[in-house]
Amino acid sequence: MDSKILISVEQLYRYYGHHPAVEGISFELAQGEVLGFLGPNGAGKSTTMQMISGNLAPSGGRIRINGRDLLDDPRRAKAEIGYLPEQPPVYRDLTVDEYLDYCARLHRVSKGQRGQAVKRAKQRCGLEQVSRRLIGNLSKGFQQRVGIAQAILHNPAIVILDEPTVGLDPNQIREIRALIRELGESHGIILSTHILPEVQATCTRVQIIHQGRLVFAESMQHLEQRLASHVLLLETRETPDPAALHKVPGIDRVEMLGAHRARLHFTDDNPADAVAACVAAHAWGLRELALDRQTLEQVFVDLTCSDAARPDEDAA
Amino acid sequence: MIFTIAIRELKNLFLSPLAWAILAVLQLIMAYLFLSQLDTFLSLQPRLAGIEGAPGVTDIIVAPVLQTVGFLLLVVAPALTMRVFSDERRNRTLTLLLSAPVSMTDIVLGKFLGVALFFILLLLMLAAMPLSLYAGTTLDAGKLAAGLLGLALLLSAFAAIGVFMSSLTEQPVIAAISTFGLLLLLWIVDWSGGARQEVTGLFHYLSLQTHLQSFLKGVFSTRDLIYYLLLIALFLILTIRRLDQQRLTG
Repeated sequence: MDSKILISVEQLYRYYGHHPAVEGISFELAQGEVLGFLGPNGAGKSTTMQMISGNLAPSGGRIRINGRDLLDDPRRAKAEIGYLPEQPPVYRDLTVDEYLDYCARLHRVSKGQRGQAVKRAKQRCGLEQVSRRLIGNLSKGFQQRVGIAQAILHNPAIVILDEPTVGLDPNQIREIRALIRELGESHGIILSTHILPEVQATCTRVQIIHQGRLVFAESMQHLEQRLASHVLLLETRETPDPAALHKVPGIDRVEMLGAHRARLHFTDDNPADAVAACVAAHAWGLRELALDRQTLEQVFVDLTCSDAARPDEDAA
Repeated sequence: MIFTIAIRELKNLFLSPLAWAILAVLQLIMAYLFLSQLDTFLSLQPRLAGIEGAPGVTDIIVAPVLQTVGFLLLVVAPALTMRVFSDERRNRTLTLLLSAPVSMTDIVLGKFLGVALFFILLLLMLAAMPLSLYAGTTLDAGKLAAGLLGLALLLSAFAAIGVFMSSLTEQPVIAAISTFGLLLLLWIVDWSGGARQEVTGLFHYLSLQTHLQSFLKGVFSTRDLIYYLLLIALFLILTIRRLDQQRLTG
């Protein structure tokens, strides 16, 4: 699919004093992609997002939004972006309607379309019942939704969401995830989160950032393949004979984990049926036969925990 | 875009009880002062009638009242301007403006204009009192207009300085106190009498008060106009620079 490149980031650097928060990050985001941004606290996720949204100036590197350089033509570049920061930028003294109307004006939504845009954003974020309430009196979840409404109000090409599901209840989380998937079909979305299943549920691409560097960047499809297991876990009542298991077609290696458990490594097709037949033929008594899945969580932990014990872990 | 931000800022001011309280208290104090000044004039009137070229009702009532308005607002203005940027930064709502397709200049001008509009509204309310004198006598309209213009310029300068101070800190109270300090310093800077001639001249030029004086006398001079415009421009540019620099250093 030749979709339009919406964001291209080249060699982005950002220092806080002498402390590097982001070091040489480069990536691209195309239309119709939902990019999951993962990383431990203080890895530089929010800093990167603040730079893309124009809230922070990069120390070095280039950001192009829809082909326009963010530093050379900030006004037109920013018009393409909807941004929800970590803390929703809502005025507590305004009602939801007043606030969204102001946001629409700031984003130069024309007078005729303003009402329509506000209405649609409220509908999408489930805010219709609270239109006339003061934002300060709303619960955290509703404030978060007002923040999301503000980000998608002007129908931007790019939506940047920094931890959008924080503070929401499980039902709301599901609604917001559905909304993100829906938006992802026609927009480009960057989503940062700590919740790994959220990435697996909504994103088409994953990037893991650690200590200011990109340590992992793959499409969800590739990731699924990478995560696809080549190991079967077998548990039986009797002690199985490894030699007999090894003879099952497709099994390359048998690793015994104690008397009743075994790990069976295979390469091509899943030989579970043949293994089950073998176990039945020897009357070992099958108890469990399952794929040993590697989760995104393991990838995350592998990549980010190896040197987590470093003493200078005070990145903010 | 500037006006969108200005109107929002103005409405925001009226959302807090502070603005209403300030309007009410100032109105009360000024009414008292106005009446006492009127009383003075009435007691002086028989004697003044005999003097050739004696000061009229505008000089005796309007000028001192406007002068006092200027000084009172010096005390009150910091309370109104303190929140402009510091609150936005503290509540992290500045992000909304920074990620919207508006320039830093638009943001600063919008905020400044919002506060300045509030001050002008306040001024119009207070001007209603001297204007009520038209019911019984005639005023020197030129002097009154010059005085109001001078006061509007002075208040705009207060607003610009307050907006700048508010961009320096996240704590509204610190913004208020430093605004007050700077305004007061600029007000009294020409009080130092003993210094050398050229230094006194400089201090005299820098003083917020001396330029207001000539407006109150009914003198409209470009020298005073330019002084206020320069002061406003200086602090607005400093604010823009300050916010731009904040994006760089985070």
